[in-house]
Amino acid sequence: MTVISTPADAPKAPPATRKNRSSGAQRRAVALFIAPFALLFLAFYAVPIIYAIVQSLLTVERDGTFGPPRQVFGGLVQYEQVFQNTAFWESVGRVLLFGVVQVPIMLGLALLFALLLDSPLLKGKKFFRLAFFAPYAVPGVIAAIMWGFLYSPSLSPFGAVTSNVDFLGGNLVLWAIANIVTWVYVGYNMLIIYSSLLAIPTEIYEAARLDGASNLQIAWRIKIPLVIPAIILTAVFSIIGTLQLLAEPQTLRSFSSAINSTFTPNLAVYTTASVPNYNLAAAFSVVLALATFILSFVFLKSTQRKVTQ
Amino acid sequence: MTAAPATTPRSRRGGSTTAPGADTHARGPRQSIMSRSAAMLIMGVFTLYFLTPIWWLLTTSTKTGGEITSTAPLWFTANSFGTFFGNLGRLFSYGDGLFGRWLLNSALYAGVGALIGTVIAAMCGYALAKYEFRGREAIFNIVLSGVLVPATALALPLFLIFSQVELTNTMWAVFLPSLVSPFGVYLARIYAAASVPGELLEAARLDGSGEIRTFFTVSTRLMAPALVTIFLFQFVAIWNNFFLPLIMLRDQALFPVTLGLYAWNSQISQIPELRSLVIVGALVSIVPLIIAFLALQRFWSSGLGAGGVK
Repeated sequence: MTVISTPADAPKAPPATRKNRSSGAQRRAVALFIAPFALLFLAFYAVPIIYAIVQSLLTVERDGTFGPPRQVFGGLVQYEQVFQNTAFWESVGRVLLFGVVQVPIMLGLALLFALLLDSPLLKGKKFFRLAFFAPYAVPGVIAAIMWGFLYSPSLSPFGAVTSNVDFLGGNLVLWAIANIVTWVYVGYNMLIIYSSLLAIPTEIYEAARLDGASNLQIAWRIKIPLVIPAIILTAVFSIIGTLQLLAEPQTLRSFSSAINSTFTPNLAVYTTASVPNYNLAAAFSVVLALATFILSFVFLKSTQRKVTQ
Repeated sequence: MTAAPATTPRSRRGGSTTAPGADTHARGPRQSIMSRSAAMLIMGVFTLYFLTPIWWLLTTSTKTGGEITSTAPLWFTANSFGTFFGNLGRLFSYGDGLFGRWLLNSALYAGVGALIGTVIAAMCGYALAKYEFRGREAIFNIVLSGVLVPATALALPLFLIFSQVELTNTMWAVFLPSLVSPFGVYLARIYAAASVPGELLEAARLDGSGEIRTFFTVSTRLMAPALVTIFLFQFVAIWNNFFLPLIMLRDQALFPVTLGLYAWNSQISQIPELRSLVIVGALVSIVPLIIAFLALQRFWSSGLGAGGVK
């Protein structure tokens, strides 16, 4: 995303005297425009990141067993702990598995719905658009509560199914969560892809039709390649969201005993922080943020190359 | 990805039959009917998938705790109407009106937070799009990296910092960090580059209008649909935020509605009467968002596309 073209409509060459005067005023304006965001970004993004890194390099030391605890510089001690912590890596593996399965299914459905909305086959498009988008208005916690009831053997309206299939048991609970996330976000991703389909000029289709292309061919050869950038954007946000999973599993814990306190990386951070072992929790956060950043960055770069080829 | 925002489509496509190729005619109406039915079938089935849980929430809100299991699921009972208002009454009176407090808190965190956040993001994105100055690309790249940093990774260090200045367990602890939206700046820059012509700014300058005044009187008007989109997405992000309030707040009176319902839901096994309150509360808590989305539909449905830049 770093190659966003600079707007070419900036003033080019106004008379020299006026330029000097106005550029002084413009500089002041720019400073005023940027300062509020810059200050808040510094305070609530940059400083916390640095603070987390600092905390993760500290360790708690005591004089003897009962001496008062004090924080001392521990180098990479916490990171050694992170890498030896099998529960944490299991949780990372779990969300990666989740992402590999759930993200393609969700985006595949979103693309299918967007293409159908964009095709001449459908009536009542406005209704479908709203109905599919409605779950996005349901917060993750509320969605998890709702589906928790729907999954439960005794309370579910689909008791015939849920009393035979244990959606909240150890084998299926990860996919029960995947279903909740899919339910909430398909419509949102569908709309992003759909908006980008609407932006394609119609002349392209007319030309293709004159060449004898069918609807399916138009979708496959023209529409999908042209909305790839939108799909990449939704994929990046989905990857970030997957690694951050917290609200849904944490809420489902009151419905299911199969979700332990380190089920996802963020749950592990929360659990470790409530011990409280802030230094280790900070190290978890740093590793997680770094992994998320690298994963989404690599994904962006690799897909960008493919698209421009 | 270059900045080519999805501006409003030049010509909305209705039926595609305006350009009938010889091929489509030759295959006749039969296939067309079949693919039409297939498309409607897919969309119909998934409409059920998306709406059934919400429908269940609605019908179940009109039942007493005992009726949830004893009456027909997904439908109303004979006295649903009365029970629903009874449930609502209990919801808002339980624990000295805690639930109403939560709704207000959420409205405050998300409403005021998103409003201020949108103005701040718009100013920054506008400056990045419309002015040339040293360090512009650097700032924009930092903002972009901010988009990729998971917000939950910040929650713990934010908690540690706020506890240094003894501000944990206050509204500020949730409100202040929510104001920052790097994605909002990113969108604002794209929108500003696309919708505010440079000549207009030059003209305003010649008329002697100050830069700040031009922004608030001229540019924000041109960017209005975009600003609504940014506002809505930040509103949803704050309304749905869970980790930050979970880690910051102990006092129930400060909870946003999501955290409050989460807390009630985890007490159901000790206090079974909370079950029907959680269900009614869940319904009430999603109504404001659905209303906001419906009311502002024409803005976000056209503004969303710019997120998926080409």
